Amino acid sequence: MKARVTVSLKRTVLDPQGQTIRSALVSRGYGQIEDVRQDKVFEIRLAEGTDAAAAKKQLEEVARDILANPVIEDYRVELEG
Amino acid sequence: MKIGVVVFPGSNCDHDAWYAVTHNLGHKAEFIWHGSADLGDVDAVILPGGFSYGDYLRCGAIAKFSAVMPAVKKFAAAGGLVAGFCNGFQILTECGLLPGALIRNRGLKFICKPVDLRVETAGSPFTNTLRPGQILRIPIAHGEGCYVADDDTLDQLEKQRRIAFRYADNPNGAMRDIAGILSEGRNVLGMMPHPERASDPLMGSTDGLGIFESMVSALVRS
Repeated sequence: MKARVTVSLKRTVLDPQGQTIRSALVSRGYGQIEDVRQDKVFEIRLAEGTDAAAAKKQLEEVARDILANPVIEDYRVELEG
Repeated sequence: MKIGVVVFPGSNCDHDAWYAVTHNLGHKAEFIWHGSADLGDVDAVILPGGFSYGDYLRCGAIAKFSAVMPAVKKFAAAGGLVAGFCNGFQILTECGLLPGALIRNRGLKFICKPVDLRVETAGSPFTNTLRPGQILRIPIAHGEGCYVADDDTLDQLEKQRRIAFRYADNPNGAMRDIAGILSEGRNVLGMMPHPERASDPLMGSTDGLGIFESMVSALVRS
């Protein structure tokens, strides 16, 4: 089973990387791009036969306690097939 | 007086802090390996600058799970003095001993230069030999030094006089020009500038020494 954890800076937290990427895109002529936020994505592979509900619960814990810093970041856990 | 300097894989200011305490102040210092669950008989703890665990994931995010950290937390909970400089500050916010977080500098660049800091309070074990309003010239060297916290936290820090230092000329976008803060009990200090890099006349400034002297003076009084 595969899982994906996406960690993104909270909307209220400045994302200077996203802003720099946006201004580079605009200067390349993509003027319609109004905002860019850069996220982190963790692709995680779980052992065969792992219980989906238990895995989801565990990954929520991992995301909250380790992969994200809840002071500045939000996270999203998705299980794939 | 004996001050413990924690050494994480990737710490690179550990020896400088040790040198400031031993050579510039004439006190004892010893290194504490990150794998040690015991702090020994030290009177205070320094979490030094550097790039613990390569700054992987987030600065300080892996270091907070080191074997030594529960001992550091216990030491702080019992009122022991803990100072984190640069990466040490990042570790202290990651592990929850200090509020807020340090994010990428507003200008994206790694900034390495001397800056002017304003002492905001003399009422702490780290600033008791300094005076409010005093300007210290101490270097910064960081890519992720922009202090952020929510408004309630920032208001609380101001109200409780827990902002130890502010930048005279904000180099990194830190909220409310914050360069260093204190814990609620005032026994934990985190600051992005490097006092250990301004502790010897050869370094061009000895303004950082006041922070180490304050720690020693607080320990002598206790």
